[in-house]
Amino acid sequence: MGRIADKFEETGKRGESALVTFVTAGDPDLKTTAEVVLELERSGADVIELGVPFSDPMADGPTIQLSSERALAGGTTLPAILDLVRELRSSTQIPIVLMGYYNPIFIYGAERFAADAAAAGVDGLLIVDLPPEESAELKEATGRHGMDLIFLLTPTSDRSRIETVSGLASGFVYYVSVTGVTGARSEIADTLAGRVTQVKGELSVPLVVGFGISDPAQAGEVAKVSDGVVVGSALVKHFERYQGAELLAQAGSFVKALKEGMQNARGAKSAS
Amino acid sequence: MTQPDHSGHFGPFGGRYVSETLIPALQELEKAYEHFRNDKEFKEEFAYYLRQYVGRPNPLYYAEKLSKKLGGAKIYLKREDLNHTGAHKVNNTIGQGLLARRMGKKRVIAETGAGQHGVATATVAALFGMECEVFMGEEDIRRQSLNVFRMKLLGAKVTPVTSGTATLKDAMNEALRHWVTYVENTFYIIGTVAGPHPYPLMVRDFQSIIGEEARAQHLEAEGRLPDYLVAAVGGGSNAIGLFHAFMNDASVRMIGVEAAGFGIETGKHAAPLCAGTVGVLHGNKTYLLQDQFGQIAHAHSISAGLDYPGVGPEHAWLKDSGRASYVSVTDDEAMDAFQTLTLEEGIIPALESSHAVAHAIRLAPTLGREETIVVCLSGRGDKDIHTVAERMGVQL
Repeated sequence: MGRIADKFEETGKRGESALVTFVTAGDPDLKTTAEVVLELERSGADVIELGVPFSDPMADGPTIQLSSERALAGGTTLPAILDLVRELRSSTQIPIVLMGYYNPIFIYGAERFAADAAAAGVDGLLIVDLPPEESAELKEATGRHGMDLIFLLTPTSDRSRIETVSGLASGFVYYVSVTGVTGARSEIADTLAGRVTQVKGELSVPLVVGFGISDPAQAGEVAKVSDGVVVGSALVKHFERYQGAELLAQAGSFVKALKEGMQNARGAKSAS
Repeated sequence: MTQPDHSGHFGPFGGRYVSETLIPALQELEKAYEHFRNDKEFKEEFAYYLRQYVGRPNPLYYAEKLSKKLGGAKIYLKREDLNHTGAHKVNNTIGQGLLARRMGKKRVIAETGAGQHGVATATVAALFGMECEVFMGEEDIRRQSLNVFRMKLLGAKVTPVTSGTATLKDAMNEALRHWVTYVENTFYIIGTVAGPHPYPLMVRDFQSIIGEEARAQHLEAEGRLPDYLVAAVGGGSNAIGLFHAFMNDASVRMIGVEAAGFGIETGKHAAPLCAGTVGVLHGNKTYLLQDQFGQIAHAHSISAGLDYPGVGPEHAWLKDSGRASYVSVTDDEAMDAFQTLTLEEGIIPALESSHAVAHAIRLAPTLGREETIVVCLSGRGDKDIHTVAERMGVQL
């Protein structure tokens, strides 16, 4: 089994929902990203999603758009992100998923990229603008190199979409909690729990939920029903406000609070 | 072979590269369109509005004075500039507007560059009683203030886009973000033959009236088919609209004209077919302006409607298959053509269309007097008066 499957088995056994944290690789530079990833792990993150910055982030809200702009302004490239992962692998075995848009990977070459990414220590890819219909080439390449290609489901997915994705799923499935772009939101839809439970029943891999989850209370709510909770924009906002040691400290304490929120909610669930 | 295939691919190009949230909406649209494109009532309704509201058929005008001055081939102008709202864009917005109405959508959104598509969308929204929001780059809002005001008069909300280069590409990003958020009740009227399937197919179908009329009109005037078709290509909707009816006429040469901006060699242009590479953007695989890492490059053109780093996937296919060829025209050449057509024929062309006129002016003297060129005069130039005045150093 790979690092992703191992991790979900481990959190599942503990009765926990996994905390998946997203940061943009290279915001503001790759050296900072390396330090942040290790800090996130120390603070309780179970899976790291590294955003691959793209010039035209069509599925992202303002927070991640700005983060991508900072990363690109700093000269971040896909080959440099693979170097970063390779370097991180000397100090951590935390599952690492690269998340982004298809064009940079298409330009790199699907087969060559899958080979290089797997060799660098990347565990999975999540490409927001690569639905199952267009994914054959990359799916085959990631499969050949032992990497997971992670697909998304959304509130608009009907039964046949859920079946399509279920048939291709590896690693985990990412459930987008709202119709919309990425970004912190103040409320979680009250229909979410029922929907997540329903979708989970159709899948043979873990289901993580993301988009809009912004604080420990919300993370806790979602943790009650999901195998994992993704926090992105709310974490990325820290990169607008802080830098250096203060960024590490603030991001670390935010992730600790998220993790506690999730553990408490799960504890409350099993106690009730 | 008929293009696209059932999943929206033109050879290796096109497709549906969008986030999962939009897939059901695109499937719904595809299903509705497949139904209505063969529906007699829908086709009659579309034809009715093109005739009675848009003013079709518009003339295929023989630009005799200009042709004689150039001393070569006869230049015919397909007068899309005479359409209601002043450009070819309205052919498509009528079609998509009718489709939105049939699908029960009460709200439409659009992206716009030069503002012609925004105006055409706001127009049909007013006509069919739908709410309308148009996304437009801040830079384009500055360049095309007249069209912005027209859209507002028509009751549309114009939302400025400040991200990226604040031009057409960024307007499209923002329209897609908005659509993904309000997908349940919103119909996205894409203005060109790009974007995810079925848009390139659907927009082509709605625009193909241009070539159908031109073909019949040329046959009537000359007793034969034209030798050349020339049309400007940004996203490429007026060009596909002109080309489509001639696709199986092997003797008819098709030339798409991209914007070379300051010149291809300067890197400041909007000519992905002439100088770009294949990639994936805005839902389709096509030729793009991009760097070696797949980051999309900034386009440049004096014409806001051509200022886009991608192009419709069918053009990518026509280029690779050799059925059409693509050339480019600089800002300066387009400006010269703008003035030439205005002075020689009394027709003020849009800066987009001026690119096609510029190539026809280059091409005509190299051909014999018995040969003919059909140029798509895709829009009128009123909207560009400020840009032209600024360029000529005239204060209005």
